[in-house]
Amino acid sequence: MHFIQAVLNGRRAGSSRGAVRGQMSDQTNEIREIIFSTLRAALPQERPLSDTTLIIEDLGLDSVAVMDFVMEVEDRLDISVPLDKIAEIKTLGDLISTVQLLKQVR
Amino acid sequence: MGLLDKYAALAAQYHQLEVAGANPFNVPFENVLSRTEAIINGRETLLLGTNNYLGLTYDPKVIEASIQATQTSGTGTTGSRIANGSYGNHKRLESALAAFYGRRHGMVFSTGYQANLGIISALAGKGDHLLLDADSHASIYDGARLGYAQVTRFRHNSPEDLANRLRRLQSEPGDKVIIVEGIYSMLGDTAPLKEIVEVKREYGAYLVVDEAHSLGVLGANGRGLAEREEVEEDIDFVVGTFSKSLGGVGGFCVTDMAGADILRVVSRPYMFTASLPPGVVAAAEAALHELQTRPDLRATLTQNALRLYKGLQSLGFELGPEPGPVVSAIMPTPEAAFSFWAALLQAGLYTNVSLPPATPKGLALLRSSVSAAHTTQQIDRAIRLFGDVGRERGLLPAVPAATRSE
Repeated sequence: MHFIQAVLNGRRAGSSRGAVRGQMSDQTNEIREIIFSTLRAALPQERPLSDTTLIIEDLGLDSVAVMDFVMEVEDRLDISVPLDKIAEIKTLGDLISTVQLLKQVR
Repeated sequence: MGLLDKYAALAAQYHQLEVAGANPFNVPFENVLSRTEAIINGRETLLLGTNNYLGLTYDPKVIEASIQATQTSGTGTTGSRIANGSYGNHKRLESALAAFYGRRHGMVFSTGYQANLGIISALAGKGDHLLLDADSHASIYDGARLGYAQVTRFRHNSPEDLANRLRRLQSEPGDKVIIVEGIYSMLGDTAPLKEIVEVKREYGAYLVVDEAHSLGVLGANGRGLAEREEVEEDIDFVVGTFSKSLGGVGGFCVTDMAGADILRVVSRPYMFTASLPPGVVAAAEAALHELQTRPDLRATLTQNALRLYKGLQSLGFELGPEPGPVVSAIMPTPEAAFSFWAALLQAGLYTNVSLPPATPKGLALLRSSVSAAHTTQQIDRAIRLFGDVGRERGLLPAVPAATRSE
């Protein structure tokens, strides 16, 4: 599978080089931690969060609330997530992958 | 599995409102009596949510112009602007709008929604960047999607955040187009236009201002927020509507940009829809003339707006950040907004309910809009009804705030 496709799909990139994978997962974990903590601060009540959490269905956020929450993440990571990308994001894993990709492009 | 099953949750909520006999999204005005009154549910009702800012809907000169044009040119153009739908009076209205704003080009659309769709999608296409204020109207978001530009949202009314996002985009190719509104329709607040203009200059971006709610309301000549803030020269495109202060329907855009006429053959919402009927165009032109020659309407509107804002504030309601023709009371929950709205309607006062995601920050709003046509007595009656219902529902202290000793 193409790397970018894999990342966009929220799956682990299948690199055979351990060092690269280690670096990637460090960064993934850091991004995940930032996204989860931003979300915890934004949600009115505590909810279990994982990569498979559906942002709208599981967290009860509406489209504007999702955009507001992504804005917080953007500022903490100094990136911009274009709105069409946000529309494609379903799970927190998707968001982590999209953010990671944007960090790499920069 | 039915086609509309995806709306099941929403449909259930909608049905609940219908059953309760209080659905704010489906209120027929059985008979409109005047600029400020209608029969709703068989009852004479004071209208405080119509965006009819200058009260020009029954202006005799506007009506006469509309009748004349209809008699002369017929009920409809039966065609689009690029085919058989451009009449002399479409061109005349475009010139009148351009002259009013002191701009070279004027362009008329069939609705305000389509003006935003048509301008935004034509100005920023694939490879370009749109920067939208987070609280932008749906027509701005929809226009952004229609054009395939990359869309970035910035924090509402934050020039710093806009600058930050433009900085992140600095190395990316493509034009950068910023869209803001003169008055934001939900909370009635205005954009910090001077500061936004500075950011626009710093980053070499273009700036579009939607003056839908500020035309005829702000500025010494009623040209809107850009006039009030004295930054008109820095606004590349002004977009607006005829359906609020001008009391009709239709949208427009004015600009000084050289070559702007090309937009007429690239803007799909301009090209592929029927043009406005002659009677509607003539009404807009006559209303624009009234707006320009009767500054007293604007003064009365401002007085009425301030009276309502101060009245509701002193009752203890939490309102939008600044007084203006849109006065929104922040309700604790959507349910509270529905029941407050229904109680006001029951008492003979029509307002609007605005809910997320149409509202900023998940707020449930009871939104009022004021008209120059409201009498002082009508405004006071509205304030009294807000107070009565607020105390009944426990949203206000039992004793009015103004009379408590503090």
